[in-house]
Parts: sequence; structure tokens; C-alpha cells
Amino acid sequence: MSFEALTDSLKGAHGDAVLEAVTEFGDPFVVVDPARILDVMSYLKDSPETNLDCLSLVSGVDYPSDGIMEVVYHLDSIRRNTPYTVKVKVDRDNCRMPSITSIFKTAKWHEREVYDLSGVHFEGHPNLTRILCADDWVGHPLRKDYAWPEQYHGIPCGPFAMEDKNIPPEWEIEGFTTKNTG
Amino acid sequence: MSEAQHDNVSANLTDEEMLKYNVLLTKLDDFVNWARASSVWPMTFGLACCAIEMMAAGAAKYDIDRWGSGPFRATPRQADLMIVAGTVTHKMAPRVRRLYDQMPEPKYVIAMGACVCRGGPYHLYGYHVVKGVDLVVPVDVYIPGCPPRPEALLEGVFRVQEKIRNERLNDRMRVDSRTAINPRVKHLWPEPPKVMPQSEEPGMMDWLKGILFGPGGDAHGHGHDDHGHGDHAESNEHQAAAH
Amino acid sequence: MAVSEIHGDVRTEEFLLNMGPQHPSTHGVLRVVIRTDGEIVLEATSHVGYLHRCFEKCAENVTYKQVVPYTDRMDYLAAMHNNVAFSLGAERLLEWEEFIPRRTKIIRTLLCELQRIASHLMSLGTYGLDLGAITFFLHCFRERERILDLFEEICGQRLNYSYVIPGGFAYPWPDSINDKIRDFCVFFEERIDEYNQLLSTNGIFIERTRDIGVVPAELAINYGCTGPMLRGSGLRRDLRFDQPYLIYDELIEQKVFKMIVAGDQSYGFDWNVGVLGDCWSRYMIRALELEESRKVVLHCLDLLEKEPVDSHDLIKQARRAYKAKKGQESYVRVENPRGELGYYIVSDGKANPYRVRARGPSFNNLSILSDISEGSMVADLCAIIGSIDIVLGEVDR
Repeated sequence: MSFEALTDSLKGAHGDAVLEAVTEFGDPFVVVDPARILDVMSYLKDSPETNLDCLSLVSGVDYPSDGIMEVVYHLDSIRRNTPYTVKVKVDRDNCRMPSITSIFKTAKWHEREVYDLSGVHFEGHPNLTRILCADDWVGHPLRKDYAWPEQYHGIPCGPFAMEDKNIPPEWEIEGFTTKNTG
Repeated sequence: MSEAQHDNVSANLTDEEMLKYNVLLTKLDDFVNWARASSVWPMTFGLACCAIEMMAAGAAKYDIDRWGSGPFRATPRQADLMIVAGTVTHKMAPRVRRLYDQMPEPKYVIAMGACVCRGGPYHLYGYHVVKGVDLVVPVDVYIPGCPPRPEALLEGVFRVQEKIRNERLNDRMRVDSRTAINPRVKHLWPEPPKVMPQSEEPGMMDWLKGILFGPGGDAHGHGHDDHGHGDHAESNEHQAAAH
Repeated sequence: MAVSEIHGDVRTEEFLLNMGPQHPSTHGVLRVVIRTDGEIVLEATSHVGYLHRCFEKCAENVTYKQVVPYTDRMDYLAAMHNNVAFSLGAERLLEWEEFIPRRTKIIRTLLCELQRIASHLMSLGTYGLDLGAITFFLHCFRERERILDLFEEICGQRLNYSYVIPGGFAYPWPDSINDKIRDFCVFFEERIDEYNQLLSTNGIFIERTRDIGVVPAELAINYGCTGPMLRGSGLRRDLRFDQPYLIYDELIEQKVFKMIVAGDQSYGFDWNVGVLGDCWSRYMIRALELEESRKVVLHCLDLLEKEPVDSHDLIKQARRAYKAKKGQESYVRVENPRGELGYYIVSDGKANPYRVRARGPSFNNLSILSDISEGSMVADLCAIIGSIDIVLGEVDR
């Protein structure tokens, strides 16, 4: 099934939840209403037309200039080989949306990771705690405005200044600047 | 030398000359260090990519067993050497320190790989990576490379052996002779005492002197750097309390 | 502490056991907190993140080409696959796919399959080690070292190659290596029989792995398990066949190699040892894939020798600007030895990616551990973790 056919099928069932279907930026995706994500996901998984039974990846992408946080779901069908992408845009300062762990168990760890690194709160997740960073870590590192901690439990976090700061000009690449985030 | 030749030689020797072949005179320091350096048992402390090279060093082709470092112990309490192989993160750092503390003295640490030496490729942007394991435990030998080849690890073990060979028994028991601690984390370690606290209990050295010089026969007096095993144990306790 | 009753008058107390993060058979720094009742595991919770090396943050701050060394260190046992996956993703993002010469694709396929052999050897060897078969580990490492020597001659590194970069390769392909790879493949054919004699048909090994850690097919799909985890449960799923990349579509057409699926009688292998989806099935999938990968390597060598060298291609790739359109994004997956490895890359028009997200197969495969280890014996937990074949660098990234 092609992307268009899957999107038509989804629109037929939950037309009000689908905000837009975008095909111009490489891989096509649909944007859905965060409040309706449970309906959309359970339809995509259980409907015999779509049968997207495998959740491949959940990621959070931060856009501070637009004030939104995108949560991207990459779905796939094990038996039909039809990759499909669903996006959700939530408010960056109040990142709250329903968890889909009741539909896909993959989401258990993936949502914890998105919470840990991007700071999206998934409501209804059975155990929404940090998974990769230490339990008492401060901040969500993959947010673009993340500030490095000075130290963690007495160990300085660095990065430490280099002795020689004279970087030769031929090392510099156009359009790219080395940011010292420390 | 074949067996027949050997017999020939020994048949023509006088008793005095025979002694040369059978009695070996050496310093006690050298003898003990020879034994220690030939059996440096590392702890399996694989964290990341470098652990695979550490396994390769232990496997068929590189065979670290040839230098007596084959028995990788799973518990720190049986190990002399901690090979920190792989990136140390802030989540892992307390475990590294605890395992180091659980190892019996004398103990040595090899920092294997660029990540362990100074954060390596993760130095600039790795928020969760400890920028050098010497911020957590004192390091004896640094091995660069990402990952270092098994030969490089072997060279690192040789350096540890060299260090062991050049040690004096008494020095090793002094707290302030330990490997330098990274000045950035001096506050995490207790200040080493300038002069070792004197102990009334007889220690290992006293026992040895008793054998060598007879009871009460202290040939050189109770000098500044002659401290017994009891002192050592006490200094360990002193450290543990400070932790 | 709660006192539970097993059967009759035998009562044991529940006990909380902490396995890892420093444990020889957790394959790295995995920590599993086990609630046991005697020798029976009531609950096993895995805690990960002890090797969280901030791959995604690093990747946001460097150029596309500079991300490649970080991908090596994610899955250090299959670094070539990581290089290839990221390069394919970046090429799709930068719209370079049409410029990639066929010779490059052939070499990438060859490297992938050679790496798959090396990775499976490591996986099988350490699995034997976990279950007490040290000799097998030494045998596997002996052959693995030969593959690493080949890789070293190609790109100068034993583990983290950084050889495949977006647009081509970091160094030109040394043609003198072709014969050495062919020699290895001939030498390796006999070794596979040796492995099967040594471990696969070993009675003790079979008893320790069959009927243990059974993964039902539906549960595996629901948890997003891929690779040998999924094929071990009898599902026909291999991205090389289902969504072919590189030159795999051509290889499938010519029937160069087959997909190994547990319970597949058409393969001519007797799968009736344990139940479908147990540790033994997963082990056997890897053991049989060695031979299939060997066939692909040999076929790729034949193709490579016929393919003319176009030296201008490499230069053209090197001079092309690493800039994608604003808002462009791509999600590319390849079949890693452990499952589906994916890279989701988002661009904002600058020289460095705006966001890179990696889908590690081990991360998904490991999340099933608490479900499948419930009710097993404590000693079997090592067998289960070993059969999942995790690489912690990829779980924690």
C-alpha cells in the first residue's frame, strides 16, 4: 500500500484527526492532532486495511523558533512492508500528550527516552522515568536550549579548555562553527 | 643446553662452583616484585568498544596469558589491575569508584582508550561522559587510541609491570606514594598525611626483621620510611572513613 | 519481605539480586535487577544508560561526514553496517542517491556481509562463553581476527572503521585485497562445520538453550524486535529481502542467498529441537547465516572484478557540497546483524544535521527481556541475555 492509500484510509476513519499530509520534504508524513493520537494509532495498527503492526521509532525534534516539539512515530508493517510516518506537534513549553504504550509495547522504552532527552511528558505511561541519563540528571539534553551542568556529584563536567587556542584557519568549514557548549 | 651436557658440566664442578648454579641471591624487594609483576591479574571491566580489544588481547592471537595477565577476574577482590576499557559515563562513575575501592592494595589502573583518558571524541559535546577516568580513580598508565590495538594494551601491561618492578615494598605502603590524583577532583579524596601514623602493633616488616636480625635486633633503627603492615591497614581505614 | 509458597511445605523468601552493571555475561554494562524466589526469576527489570555517550547530541554539532566516526562507536561489533546505514540516510537526505556508482554499492554489500560474519562470530563465541564453552570462543576469535586483518588492510582500523562515508569511501578500495578475501572465504567454509560439530550439536549446549526464553511471534512484533529475534520466532522478515537496499535486489533475483527463518522446512534443516522462538532457534539462525553471508561475499567478489573502476566518481563525490534543503528529512534502515538499524536525519539547510536519531535494534530487542525471562531459572537468564545478542553501545547510544 502506498503512502497516499494509507493516508486516505486513515482520513476515511479519523478525518478530523489528520491535520495535513506532507510529501515535499523527502520521506512523506502525516501530521495528526495530539489529543487523537490513540485513535489514530489503534486504527493504523488494528485495521485490516493498514495493518501497521510494528512501531519502529519514536523521536522528539525540538524547534525552539516555532515554539513546538515534534514527536515523530515511524511505523512499519512486518507482513506488508509499508513504512509510514506520523507526526505530532505539541507546545514546547507544555509538552504533554497521551502515551501509546497500551497499543505498542515498543513505546514503553522509546517514550521514556523521548521524555529523558527531549522532555515530552507522556500521560498514561506506566513508568515515565529517565532511562539513559542518571536518575537525578537535570534538564533534557536534546532540547536546543540545554545548559550544561557545571558538575555532577563533585565531578566537573567539562569540556576543559584546550591549551592551544590557535586553531588554524584552514580547519574551519564554511557554514559551520564549533560551539563550545561548556 | 641438553641434559647430557648439563651432567658433564656439573660433574666437573667443585661444590663451591655448584652453589653458583643453585643459589640465587637477590633483594627481597626484587624477589617479591618479580612474583607480583609476573602475575598481574586484571579485573574484567569492559565498558565499550575497548572491551572487545581487551577480549582480543586475551584470545588466541595476542594471548595476554604469556605475561601472566590471563586470569581475568570477575570480582574486584581478586584483582591487582583494573583495566578501564571504554567510555565512563556519569551514571557509571560511582560504580567505577566503588569497584576500585573494593580492590585490595596494591592496585593499579590502566586507562585504556581515548574516552577513558580525556573523553576522546565525546569531549566537546558528550554531556553525560566523564572527561577522563582520572576524575574518578587515580590512573597509573594511559593508553591512547580509539580503540587501542591489543598490542597497545600489552604494552600498557608491561608498563605496569615495570612500575611494579621498580617499587620498594615500603614505598607502596605509603599513602602519599600513590599515583597522582587529578587536581580537578582533589576535593573528592582525603588529604594524604605527610608523616605516616606510627603503630604500636607489630607489622609484616617487624616480623621479617625478627627473622632476619633476631628478636629486638633492629639494625637500622625505626626509620622514617620503615612502616609495617599495621600502619598500612590503619591508613586504609583512615581513607575509608574519609570517603 | 514477602514469603511465597512454591509447592507443598517448601517456603523460600523473595530475594532481590542485582546483576551488573559490571558482570561478565551481560555483554557490557547492562544492569538487571532480579526478584527471585529461590532459583526462579519472578521479575527481571533491565536498567540501561550506563554507556549513554550522547551520540545524538554529538551528531547535531558536527558535519555529516564527521558523524560517521560516532556511528562506528554506537555498534562497535558491526561498525560497517552503521557507516553504511548513516551514509545511505545522508545520501537520501542530500539527494545523492543517483550519483552513487554501482561499484561503490557492490563494495558496500561485500563489506556489510563480511562484517556480519565477524559480528556473528563474536556473538556465537561469547554465547558459548556465557554457557561455559571457552574453547568455542577461542575458535571464533581466531577466524574473527582474520576478518579484522582484512578490514585493517582496507582502512587501517580493526574495530571502528569510518570507511564508508556519505558519497563513497574514505579511501580507495585496494584491489590486492580481493584474493585475500577469497582465500578467507575458502578457508572459512570448513570452519563452519567445525563450529557446528563443536557447539551447535553439543548435547549440553542444546539442553541449556532449547525451550528457554521463548518469544511468541506477536509479542516480538509488538515490542519491535527485529533480526534474529524475529526470524527465530518464525516470522519472515529481513530488510535485505523485504525492502532491498544496495544491490540486494539483484542478489535476490539471482537467488544467491536465502533468508533463514526458524521452522522453515524448505531450508533443508531440522528445526525440531525445541519450541519455536527459543534461545536455540536464535543461536541457530546466526550459525546458519554465516554460510549465507559467505556466499554473498564470494558473489560480490565476482561482481566486483567485472565492474570497471571509474576513478572520477570518487573525486566527484568528494567535491560535492554537504548541504541539504531546509526541512528535508529521511529515515533509512538496513539489516544489521542484530536487526533493523535506522537513522532518522532532519536537516535545516546548514552543514551539520539538525537532528539525528538512531534506531538501535538492540534497544528494542532488549526491552522484551522482562517479559520473556519471567519464570525462568536464574542460570537461564545468562542464556537469554546472550541469545538476544545486545551491544550496549547501541542500546544506550
